[in-house]
Amino acid sequence: MTQPRGAVEFRNVRKSFGEFTAIHDLSLDIAPGQLVTLLGPSGCGKTTTLRMLAGLESPSEGRILIGGDDVTRLPADRRDVSMVFQSYALFPHMNVGQNVAYGLEAGGLRPKEARKRAEDALDLVGLSGLGGRLPAELSGGQQQRVAVARALVLEPQVLLLDEPLSNLDARLRRKVRTDIRELQQRLGFTAVYVTHDQEEALAVSDTIVVMKDGVIAQIGSPRELYEAPASEFIADFIGEANVVDARVLDVDGDVARVELGGVAFPLPSRGVAPGPARLSLRSNALKVKADGEGIPGTVASSAYLGDHVEYEIDGPFGRIFVIDDESDTLLPSGTEVALEVRSRGIALIPEAA
Amino acid sequence: MTSRDNRRLDLILAASLFALVALPWYRIRSGFFGLEWVPDFFSSEKLWPGLLQALNGKWQLLPILVLVAAAVGLRVMRKPGTRGAAMIAIGVSGLAWMLAEGLAIGLRGWNWGLLEALFGDVSGQPAFGAGALMVVTGFALMIAFGAAERGALKGDAFVLGAITLLILLVAVFVFYPLVSMFSGAFQEFDGSFTTEGVRRNIVDPKIWSLGCLAGGNCGVAWRTFFLAICTATGTTLLGLVFALVATRTGFRFKKSLRLLTVLPIITPPFVIGLALTMLLGRSGTLTNVIEVATGWELGRWLYGLTGIWIAQMLSFTPIAFLVLIGVVEGISPSMEEASQTLRSDRWRTFRKVTLPLLAPGLANAFLIGFIESMADFGNPLVLGGSGGVLSTEIFFAVVGAQNDPARAAILAMVLLFFTLSAFLAQRFWLTGRNFATVTGKGDGGRHISLPKRVAWPATTIAVAWAAFTITVYAMIVFGGFVKVWGLDHSLTFEHYIRAFGIGWDEGIRWTGVAWDSFWTTMEIALLAAPLTAAVGLLTAWLIVRQNFPGRSVFEFALMMSFAIPGTVIGISYIMAFNLPPLQMTGTAVILIACFVFRNMPVGVRGGVAAMSQLDGSLDEASLSLGAGSGRTMRKVILPLLRPAILAALVYSFVRAITSISAVIFLVSAKYNMATAYIVGLVENGEYGIAIAYSSVLILVMITVIGGFQLLVGDRRIRRREERVSPGSPINKEANA
Repeated sequence: MTQPRGAVEFRNVRKSFGEFTAIHDLSLDIAPGQLVTLLGPSGCGKTTTLRMLAGLESPSEGRILIGGDDVTRLPADRRDVSMVFQSYALFPHMNVGQNVAYGLEAGGLRPKEARKRAEDALDLVGLSGLGGRLPAELSGGQQQRVAVARALVLEPQVLLLDEPLSNLDARLRRKVRTDIRELQQRLGFTAVYVTHDQEEALAVSDTIVVMKDGVIAQIGSPRELYEAPASEFIADFIGEANVVDARVLDVDGDVARVELGGVAFPLPSRGVAPGPARLSLRSNALKVKADGEGIPGTVASSAYLGDHVEYEIDGPFGRIFVIDDESDTLLPSGTEVALEVRSRGIALIPEAA
Repeated sequence: MTSRDNRRLDLILAASLFALVALPWYRIRSGFFGLEWVPDFFSSEKLWPGLLQALNGKWQLLPILVLVAAAVGLRVMRKPGTRGAAMIAIGVSGLAWMLAEGLAIGLRGWNWGLLEALFGDVSGQPAFGAGALMVVTGFALMIAFGAAERGALKGDAFVLGAITLLILLVAVFVFYPLVSMFSGAFQEFDGSFTTEGVRRNIVDPKIWSLGCLAGGNCGVAWRTFFLAICTATGTTLLGLVFALVATRTGFRFKKSLRLLTVLPIITPPFVIGLALTMLLGRSGTLTNVIEVATGWELGRWLYGLTGIWIAQMLSFTPIAFLVLIGVVEGISPSMEEASQTLRSDRWRTFRKVTLPLLAPGLANAFLIGFIESMADFGNPLVLGGSGGVLSTEIFFAVVGAQNDPARAAILAMVLLFFTLSAFLAQRFWLTGRNFATVTGKGDGGRHISLPKRVAWPATTIAVAWAAFTITVYAMIVFGGFVKVWGLDHSLTFEHYIRAFGIGWDEGIRWTGVAWDSFWTTMEIALLAAPLTAAVGLLTAWLIVRQNFPGRSVFEFALMMSFAIPGTVIGISYIMAFNLPPLQMTGTAVILIACFVFRNMPVGVRGGVAAMSQLDGSLDEASLSLGAGSGRTMRKVILPLLRPAILAALVYSFVRAITSISAVIFLVSAKYNMATAYIVGLVENGEYGIAIAYSSVLILVMITVIGGFQLLVGDRRIRRREERVSPGSPINKEANA
């Protein structure tokens, strides 16, 4: 079976370090031209997965294919992938131009040609004319872009990014992630992106692969993960949902009637049978009202944050976290409130609790 | 992938075939690199290559031919990926067979009577020569490349090749000699097995007597042990005093104190002993002054353990200082500050907090002093008189009238037992007990000053000892210009002229007596230094960056070889490399090999330290950008390791010039080294020339160290050394 350039396939890959198994039986298909994020808490195996794809670790079992070719036993320097490192790993004794040309020269390109291509790559990331500087003379954001240029100039089938934004400050992070996404869509290469920041993953990905303890917890588009989490872990990890006990009254086809704190409302059933169920409740799924109809609750604490107000509210299902971005009156602790169920940010969790 | 696998295999197969048909298989007496053998290559049977030798009755070479042929066949018939295991099998059997036949058949036929009884007579063979060694390398690389094709270590042929060759070299130059020495203890002169020598020596009262407890004389083993304990205790205490004065007092000449520590490193080990003789010996300056003033007869008190002890204190205190200053500075000031805020004055803080935190460092300094004292050869040789220590006894057991190799081997094993025990204690007992850790967190605060009742005595001792050291070194400089020390103190250049005179007779003529050994020393030191640095750093890179099975064992074995005293190395090299299959005594090669493998552990240690500071993702980035391991090493690692390279070069150069213990066994008339020559002068009582020569050596070392500094240069990374460490403050994009 031949696959187009840029396709990546993991087939039943397992990776152990001595006694410890980092990856259990991982199988994953990545379509060409997609930006796929490996997301998960630290120690979930996402970086190990990326490093196996780069050839920096070899799998204990299973096969890895890039563009349809089996690369499982191919060393890193002979794989058609390149990587942007978390620390950037710019060679401190070479200037920016030499850094970017390094891979080209290793590939046998003549120095003159390599230098020209390096300049083009620097243009691409908006660093024209900085080729003569040493990495130490650049700002953090510029260094990051050099690292991207150095990887991209090789025109790899797959670009690997290992937490590329973690050394940047919050404001810069937003800009750089937009730049990376824009570049990826313009040039159409496949990218595999490792991060532990769910917001970053939601912002840049075509597909997100959420990993936990060495196995894939869920694969899906950002919207699917957010709106239809497959497990409590996903619901909590993506967007910090409140996970609460609820009750499915009855199921009619795809629609379930759910009762929460004495209020009933319809939701997609997602295969959940009538009876006790777990519900993912986003912080904006409930509207906080000082009076009127709704689930009764008491404000435990509140905070004013400019464009919105945050509450912790004790309801019949325990304490939950709610954001109110409509009113700017702050209800003090102890206030009795009514919570109105909105039509968004709420989903049944199919996993057995 | 395929083409690269084949290309490197082709290379070693071609080299092996070339070696088999075109290089002399056996060792050439006149030397291979002289190329004097070329004209007689066909006519002289001794020079024939392996193929002809095999056809000419050396049937033991036939299996080698078969194995190389099999490897070629494998290369032609099978594709990469399907032949790895077979390749490894060929390489292993090749090495095993060459080892077996090399050891079994010596110059005069079978080495062991048992084999002769089994297989009948066989004609003898000389030692391995160029052809054989190249084929050995070929077999070793076949193992490495076979493993690479099987995907070991991510299929990195460079790394596998480097590991295989290093293991081979260490086995040949570190372990084979030790094993030879051990078996030498059980051999008669004709090579037959006997336990007589061992039995005689192992109970020898001259070695083991404890008579001194009852007022008599103790055996040499106990004397050496006692001396080592005294030296270790003394150097540790003095080193601590210096370290405390340098870091925790307002003493004005702290910088100069640190400078003093460099001196012993560039001083040949026996020079201190020599200077002491001139100062305190029978006709020494100080002796004269005291005798004239008091009328006492001081006599020969310096010759013996006391004198050796003083010389070793002078030589090794700086080493203890270097160890302890790191520990003293490494103690977090906040500990002491905390103690002070908890109602403890400085004296209580010093006793209850500072000293206990220093304890592991003190133990470490003690063990290092112990090992150094045990291994010291130069000072006991000059000052030992009739009561020697183990290292000198070993020497006299071989060179003296005794000529008893079994005794030398036994003594060497006793010495080795002591130093290895200390090394193991240091390694296992002290590991993980070091409180002085550098956390990387900015630790505000300053070390508190010493309490007065400690500071004053400490400073006094430090100043007094420093003054003594300076006096001794002044003797060294001054002694070279004095006619006859102790008798005629008129100044003269005579010694320098005799040693380093240059005549003019149709071109320059090196008339001085020292030139010969001087040039040999320079040549060998300059050859050994880059080799040592290369092997050491390559090893360090493998240890830090590559995760191969047996890595920790490999590292441990290397570090352990540092605890092998030079005398033991010398004696073991003689026993290992005097007869086939590897015969090197009397050549420059054995000297270079000795220096490389003796000094390599320091290069390894320095390289490991430097490399651990380099972010591992630099290597990985280079790999993932398509550069192989070799290119990564050349273009990324080496340029960043320049300081470590310099340190390794300087260290191995200096050690090659100053060392005496191993060298004195290995020098020959053709390759005489400066230190061995100077010791000869001392034995003849020609102190003037000896001192003059030593001062010149010290000067040359200072010059060459400066030269290395210029040659290697600095690594050019402005502003910061390495990566942005996670969590460090990020530069704002101000200049974007």
